[in-house]
Amino acid sequence: MESTLDIFVKAIFSENMIFAYFLGMCSYLAVSKTVKTAVGLGAAVIFVLTVTVPVNFLLENYVLKEGALSWLGEEYAELDLSFLSFIMYIAVVASIVQLVEMLVEKFAPALYGALGIFLPLIAVNCSILGGALFMQERQYSTILDATAFSLGSGVGWFIAIVAIAAIREKLRYSNVPGPLRGLGITFIVTGLMGMAFMSFMGIKYGKEAPTEDVETVTTMIDTNKENNIN
Amino acid sequence: MSTEKKSSEPLFSKKNKKLITDPLTDNNPVTIQVLGICSALAITVQVNQAIVMSMSVLFVIIMGNWIVSLLRNLIPSRIRIIVQLLIVASLVIIVDQVLAAYLPDLSEKLSVFVGLIITNCIIMGRLEAFAMANKPWPSILDGFGNGVGYGAILIIVAVFRELFGSGTLMGIPIFGNPLPGEESGLYELGYQNNNLMILPPMALIIVGIIIWVQRSRNKALIEEH
Repeated sequence: MESTLDIFVKAIFSENMIFAYFLGMCSYLAVSKTVKTAVGLGAAVIFVLTVTVPVNFLLENYVLKEGALSWLGEEYAELDLSFLSFIMYIAVVASIVQLVEMLVEKFAPALYGALGIFLPLIAVNCSILGGALFMQERQYSTILDATAFSLGSGVGWFIAIVAIAAIREKLRYSNVPGPLRGLGITFIVTGLMGMAFMSFMGIKYGKEAPTEDVETVTTMIDTNKENNIN
Repeated sequence: MSTEKKSSEPLFSKKNKKLITDPLTDNNPVTIQVLGICSALAITVQVNQAIVMSMSVLFVIIMGNWIVSLLRNLIPSRIRIIVQLLIVASLVIIVDQVLAAYLPDLSEKLSVFVGLIITNCIIMGRLEAFAMANKPWPSILDGFGNGVGYGAILIIVAVFRELFGSGTLMGIPIFGNPLPGEESGLYELGYQNNNLMILPPMALIIVGIIIWVQRSRNKALIEEH
């Protein structure tokens, strides 16, 4: 059994939204030209992920899952509404983004100035819906775990976009081959960063820590695959 | 709507053909417009998955474009994003249920990525940029062109990754039998599969290389940093 802290750290590093699952790549590529805008979007993603995933968790466990409606009474105990989950999740995400936008505009105008244009974009950011879908697939047991997962994913996404923005700012001064300039080199640099992040796969979490001192990356990958199959 | 169509132009006029061919080459949704990368790269480990994924996206984008285009004058512009999302989400639920019923193995492998078609930027981008402002028939063609352009890149990447990563294409061994002790074909000569190809970072690098090749052939596409 993983502890909440394990889930949090795992979501940041070894299961990073960008480098392991490519979620939110569109905005990642479009908004990473300068560090300032990247920080704005990254902060907005952390914020929205941390709010939407717990809400979707409650929705999943008390409305959608098979038997989740049993609190309404015996006759509802066998209902399985999980085929509705996509539409419910996206509706929750879109309406929360709208709500958050209005609240932030009213109560924190300074923050709104900083996040403003990014908030509406976020409704269609894959990482937000991806967070909800991964939460559904992995069946977190408590809302605390789900929140830790969403916060970790957001932080991981933030780290990724700020890092690539910083690299792109420096890349402007390098002599990149013409056809590779802009988009092409960004893809390749992201790939290289992804390879660096692969090394976090070696982290062992919680009680599964091994007795051996050294293990090679390849065996780690193999065990990872086996875990996935199981 | 049908009278509108007849009065205007033939079904495959020059302009309409351009709607299909443009996204395949100089206006490819993945390599030029940088849309839809999100769900594109994770499922390119095997050609099978890539084909199923591109068929699903093709279905959703054509139907979505068509429905939004029919409703374009009825959707209030303030809430259009939510309306579009709900239309797309309903289509994706259909796709997901069909896959789960007829291709349960693949559906399990694609896991969350079928659901993520909802937020695929290509679909939202086309709905917003094209279907909201055009008649149904051109919208269908535009959806078809973009869906095929997306699928083409997906399948190219998947061919490279499966061929060099696992030595197979659509599950059929190409280079011989890699099992230790009974090697045949290239493996007998000491060939090894490149495990890096199966890992996520290689997908990004392959797309980077495709962009490189495409832009060296067409200098007009080169960016100024």
